[in-house]
Amino acid sequence: MSRSVLTEAAPADLVVQVALAGRIEADFAVPAGQTVAVVGPNGAGKSSLLALLAGLIEPDTGQIRLGPRTLTADRPHTWVPPHARRVALLSQDPLLFPHLDVADNVGFAPRAGGDSKRRARERALAWLRRLELEEFAGRAPSTLSGGQAARVALARALAADPELILLDEPMAAVDAAQRPTLRQSLREALRDRTALVVTHDLLDVALLADQVLVIEAGRVTEFAPCARFLEAPRSEFGATLTGLNLVRGRWNGRAVVRADGIAVAGEATAAVPVGADAVALFRPNTVSVFTERPSGSLRTLLSLTVESIDPYGDRVRLRAGGLSADITPAAAAELALDVGATVHLGVKATEVAVHPA
Amino acid sequence: MSTARLGVPRWAVAVAVLAAAFVGVPLAAMLGRADLGNFPAELASPAARDALWLSLRTSLSATVLCVLLGTPLALVLARGGSGWWLSVLRALVLIPLVLPPVVGGLALLYTFGRRGLLGHYLELAGISVAFSTTAVVLAQTFVSLPFLVLGLDGALRSVGERYDAAAATLGARPSFVFTRVTLPLIRPALVTGAILAFARSLGEFGATLTFAGSLQGVTRTLPLEIFLRRETDPAGAVALSLVLVVIAAAVIALARPSRGW
Repeated sequence: MSRSVLTEAAPADLVVQVALAGRIEADFAVPAGQTVAVVGPNGAGKSSLLALLAGLIEPDTGQIRLGPRTLTADRPHTWVPPHARRVALLSQDPLLFPHLDVADNVGFAPRAGGDSKRRARERALAWLRRLELEEFAGRAPSTLSGGQAARVALARALAADPELILLDEPMAAVDAAQRPTLRQSLREALRDRTALVVTHDLLDVALLADQVLVIEAGRVTEFAPCARFLEAPRSEFGATLTGLNLVRGRWNGRAVVRADGIAVAGEATAAVPVGADAVALFRPNTVSVFTERPSGSLRTLLSLTVESIDPYGDRVRLRAGGLSADITPAAAAELALDVGATVHLGVKATEVAVHPA
Repeated sequence: MSTARLGVPRWAVAVAVLAAAFVGVPLAAMLGRADLGNFPAELASPAARDALWLSLRTSLSATVLCVLLGTPLALVLARGGSGWWLSVLRALVLIPLVLPPVVGGLALLYTFGRRGLLGHYLELAGISVAFSTTAVVLAQTFVSLPFLVLGLDGALRSVGERYDAAAATLGARPSFVFTRVTLPLIRPALVTGAILAFARSLGEFGATLTFAGSLQGVTRTLPLEIFLRRETDPAGAVALSLVLVVIAAAVIALARPSRGW
């Protein structure tokens, strides 16, 4: 009988319905085998969500189900402790046990699960081979670089054979030069695994995630398939992350009108009924900037106060009234703008995509 | 790590020399009284040998007891949360540190003595604790426990729970986490704490005399022997004292952590 030493649990679907006062309120479900990118401003509750799923903190109300198992529920009260959840949590700090070498770190979960020393070592080496980390097996964690340590931590988590993997900013403590290797390891590891990845990097979202969950001020403000999110985010933070301008309001058939009266004319995707809540999305490089009110055919012209002017790649990014406009340095010099000045931002209706909110 | 060369006030240097002399001169004075030629004979006397052997045995037992009782206690103090009962427990653990040892001995007597709270029942079961070698060990454990618990409590707090949490999410039960992760991480503090507890046990006098008495070979530890001899045999008292000084110096060399103190 020859059983592979690399056991892998069948992926499980995740159902989350939790509330923890002052920290996070979330209601979403992840199909088995999918990876969800969790994005949002600092302090929005992303780490709290992971801690809830890992069982490190308990919600006030709600339930968490993983496959057929209930991990947390208030009625009837159910609580599966962290060690029995089969939920692996990787934090920003790899937290490799300093008193164990790399192989024993990776073999930690098999040992905790009752494997003999020899078998645990065997499985550890197999995982290290799989992630091309074999050469580090006998090394002390303190001798590894940030990227190597992060990959060892990933191998250690995979060796626990988790049904759900939680990654809290896996790239944060890693040098830019080592990120591509780590990202590749993550891509392979997360394929066909149910996972949540907290990140601030649009590239991680694009390369790792099937879906995107946006958390702002303790609430889920968007949960969308990755491609749709990248193209047309519905949340403020989503727009910031993807670099799009977003105006939220009511669709009157020609324009999206915000509560403060600002109206952005655009073209609706088929699914927006008149009178419905909608978002208007447009790219900063399609916005024209004027110091004098121009005469012409622009249907959208917003008079706003300049908030900041900063270099942005080979362009200059001007922020006014919460919107961005990218202009050439030459144009910026010609306009001679200062923070606090009034500008007129124009955008053609054909450049503005209107989506249901 | 070297400190910046900012200099130290001169008056502080003067006071520091005075303070060092305050500790060093008495030790030198005692050394000056020692009859080094007669040393082996003094140490070879049965009473001295009994006392030294008893002290080492009981102090070692007390250290083991401190580690076995103190480690879980420190764990509960550091990780038990923030209940009011933990504040009470923390204060309770500190009491032997500030209590005169004689009072500790009395308290033990009223607990384990023949008519004590528990001693009464132990007596019925045929076990007599007071004025036995066991009593010496209990007295030493009583006064030494805070040294170990305080050190471990601090170490557990500075290590934090992050490694423990990581181990738990890897499927390790709390006991497995404790033995495979928590304990190895606090091992330096455990060693230091155990050595300090041993040193405190070795020097224990008041509680031992009160609770265990002074019976040669049974409860008369080295400090008691020195105290008894100081009038009848001053040279012997000095010789035995020097043995304790040497042990104390060895303990400091072992216990002093590499970083700072």
